Amino acid sequence: MADTNEPIYQTEALIAEDIDAYLTQHERKTMLRFITCGSVDDGKSTLIGRLLYDSKMIFEDQLAALENDSRKVGTQGQEIDFALLVDGLAAEREQGITIDVAYRFFNTEKRKFIVADCPGHEQYTRNMVTGASTADLAVILIDARKGVLVQTRRHSYLCHLIGIRNIVLAVNKMDLVGYDQKVFDDIVADYAAFARSIGIEHFTALPISGFKGDNITTLSDNTPWYKGPTLVEHLETVEVLSSVDADKPFRMPVQWVNRPNLDFRGFSGLIATGRVRTGDTVRVLPSGKTSTVTRIVTLGGDLDEAVAGQSVTLCFADEIDCSRGDVIAIADNPPQTSDQFEATLVWLNDDALHVGRAYWLKLGTQTVSATIQQPKYVVNVNDPSGVGSHLAAKTLDLNAIGVVELATDRPVVFEPYADNRALGGFILIDKITNATVAAGMLHFSLRRAQNVHWQPTDITRADHAALKNQTPRVLWFTGLSGAGKSTIANEVEKRLNLMNRHTFLLDGDNVRHGLNKDLGFTEADRIENIRRVGEVAKLMADAGLIVLTAFISPFRAERDMVRQMIPAGEFIEIYVDTPLAVAEQRDVKGLYKKARAGELKNFTGIDSPYEPPEAPEIRVNTAEMSAEEAAEHIIRQLLPLK
Amino acid sequence: MTSLTHLQRLEAEAIHIMREVVAEAERPVMLYSVGKDSAVMLHLARKAFYPSPPPFPLLHVDTTWKFKAMYDLRDRMAKESGMELLVYQNPEAAERGINPFDHGALHTDMWKTEGLKQALDKYGFDAAFGGARRDEEKSRAKERIFSFRTASHGWDPKNQRPELWNLYNARKNKGESIRVFPISNWTELDIWQYIHLNDVPIVPLYFAEERPTYIWEGQLFMADDIDRLEQVLGARPEIVNRSIRFRTLGCFPLTGAVESTAKTLPEVIQETLLTTTSERQGRVIDKDAGGAGMEVKKQQGYF
Repeated sequence: MADTNEPIYQTEALIAEDIDAYLTQHERKTMLRFITCGSVDDGKSTLIGRLLYDSKMIFEDQLAALENDSRKVGTQGQEIDFALLVDGLAAEREQGITIDVAYRFFNTEKRKFIVADCPGHEQYTRNMVTGASTADLAVILIDARKGVLVQTRRHSYLCHLIGIRNIVLAVNKMDLVGYDQKVFDDIVADYAAFARSIGIEHFTALPISGFKGDNITTLSDNTPWYKGPTLVEHLETVEVLSSVDADKPFRMPVQWVNRPNLDFRGFSGLIATGRVRTGDTVRVLPSGKTSTVTRIVTLGGDLDEAVAGQSVTLCFADEIDCSRGDVIAIADNPPQTSDQFEATLVWLNDDALHVGRAYWLKLGTQTVSATIQQPKYVVNVNDPSGVGSHLAAKTLDLNAIGVVELATDRPVVFEPYADNRALGGFILIDKITNATVAAGMLHFSLRRAQNVHWQPTDITRADHAALKNQTPRVLWFTGLSGAGKSTIANEVEKRLNLMNRHTFLLDGDNVRHGLNKDLGFTEADRIENIRRVGEVAKLMADAGLIVLTAFISPFRAERDMVRQMIPAGEFIEIYVDTPLAVAEQRDVKGLYKKARAGELKNFTGIDSPYEPPEAPEIRVNTAEMSAEEAAEHIIRQLLPLK
Repeated sequence: MTSLTHLQRLEAEAIHIMREVVAEAERPVMLYSVGKDSAVMLHLARKAFYPSPPPFPLLHVDTTWKFKAMYDLRDRMAKESGMELLVYQNPEAAERGINPFDHGALHTDMWKTEGLKQALDKYGFDAAFGGARRDEEKSRAKERIFSFRTASHGWDPKNQRPELWNLYNARKNKGESIRVFPISNWTELDIWQYIHLNDVPIVPLYFAEERPTYIWEGQLFMADDIDRLEQVLGARPEIVNRSIRFRTLGCFPLTGAVESTAKTLPEVIQETLLTTTSERQGRVIDKDAGGAGMEVKKQQGYF
């Protein structure tokens, strides 16, 4: 049996005898980030506890607490339960499971390691994807008694999806199967067949016992049939991602423009890939302007060269436009720019994807508004027989993985995720709650985006507006069905018409007879309804008109989306504030009655929510004023009209 | 093929994080406790924005019970870095004369936890850098680098934002804030080594020297301000000169010293590595509420 109590590393003697030599050795260490994943009882926490223990990352007082805790709540009888070292939060100590990503640190003589401990539960896929996103390597644990499980397949698929190329298959608890080579070989063969089927080209398999310490730091006498490497040897020698990135073309997303005075203008960022030297000709995307790098500035003195993974500040020979969100790249091999993409999304939030809704998309240092289409398919990661197969879906729920098309409101500088994590990986942020709702990986630009360009025209929207002697406006009426939106909008338009203003009223019901006759009342259709009306209102405002729209437009996010489309100050949100009881009592079209009877589904205020505006430009209360009074009130707020 | 060392990668990561905050937050601030982690964080900030000074102030949430050497270094570093220094002392704690002897956990709660919340609210900071590391304590191992706080400064460990690649979501609503931990992934050894390699100025108390000391409830302390000590202890403790240093720095009556002869950084590192007790053990805060002390404190708004 492997020695369980003696740390294996020889560093301690060196520390005591020659601290300077030790420090020099430590200074030169590289860093490897890896994740451990497996099913609930595969022994992940025990393995990590063991690695910390063996590398002297546990102090005596912690060890005493550990021994004490092991006896109280441990699952290993009188022996040390290493898992207790790793399971941090109170809730999970009670439940005895890991429920969030935890980061651990240990050193060997060659490397510093950061371990992301990832949970095994299905509902926490998001945590695993989080841990995997920064990992160079994944250790997939298998309980030798159980073999390849659904969880094993799911985690392997996710690791492969996130682009981890170094996969370690750690067949754990070998002590519980008598260190039987056949058990090991069968599991490896089983896993190899599955790995090939999902595109994993290569993996390294090891027979270990995290509990007993076999093949962790030294080859175990219990497995004479296994010739190595040990787990730690493998972790110490495998190539890290940042080394691979250094050999790719130069790209640096600009984070911040450094301008302490008029004589200095530098562009700060973390080099994503490649290397840069003074004298290099670089191109700034998306503008495409080129210049020469004159200085690579750091506090410790200027550098001649910098590589992927370093945070630097670059100075150029020319005063070209360059700001946060731009990407500096080698001039003769720049990345592409597009505004329509195919991408894989991993949904991370309880609130499912709203097809058509605008989310913030953050990629590198670029933040743009993006709308997502209905998924082409979702990937099955649950069915044991078909991990990786495709299923149809209308949306993406928590932990779902799907392939979608998405469009951004501005061009994005990007590279396919497979080529460049920094320019292909993104997150989606809900515009109202600010939650991070999804992680995404860009596959490629859709052709239609590459071939559709803006055609410049000579007569501008300012010219249109000047001819009409008015400032274009979009008067966006929102409120419950029966609140009085159409009636009041009609009154307002009549008054504007008498004032010789050029107007047009877009009414909810009317638009659904034509432009939007293909849309129903599901949430996705309602979002698309508003998007189209927003686009039409924008075109009309560009033509110089004062546009009035009367739509329930129940969701804040869509009203904000339209607000973003229209120049600042021209979008006027008018909240027709009528209590539900009043609107229902009026029930001009008899719709509330039908909805209450269950004959009308997705009716706002009954079985579909209305999100009132938080800060509308104008509010009218129709329980207190007549339609005419409301219209007068609105006109007064709008003056002057030019 | 080039491989950056682990310290180069950690440094680049911390700088990247700081620049993201400056680019996306409206009013960032750096919490500065004058300890060695703060020292490294400040040095990284100066690197991140050079040749500009870091574009945010330093905030010291003071308890009035820090070592004199800490106040000296604090003022010197603010001057050297060209940054504005804000010192905040909770007026209620001052008025009630809260001290570490008579009030125990209340001392930390009033001066530090409450003081921090008050200071952030007073100046309207929406992002605060802190020097916490994930290797310090179990609940910190799970905290995000950008850690979101509610308008009442609460932390909800079950509802943290997923943090992927190096993409940080700094968006928040009015009144909400984020705590940002740029040196999350550093270990104690990394901190020491970085100080060593970069000549980062730290409080001399980290190095061994003959200092006036006393024993209180079995622990070794330094008599930094003997008159004030006598007031709160009710008696003048017996002072003996010993060669001591500190592994961690906080309020002087709460921070235990260790006997040591380590006068240089390599010697300090050597001692640290060969020692058998973990860094925070000299501090009381982790163990207050059983195994989950720090987690509970964080939910209440402690850093």
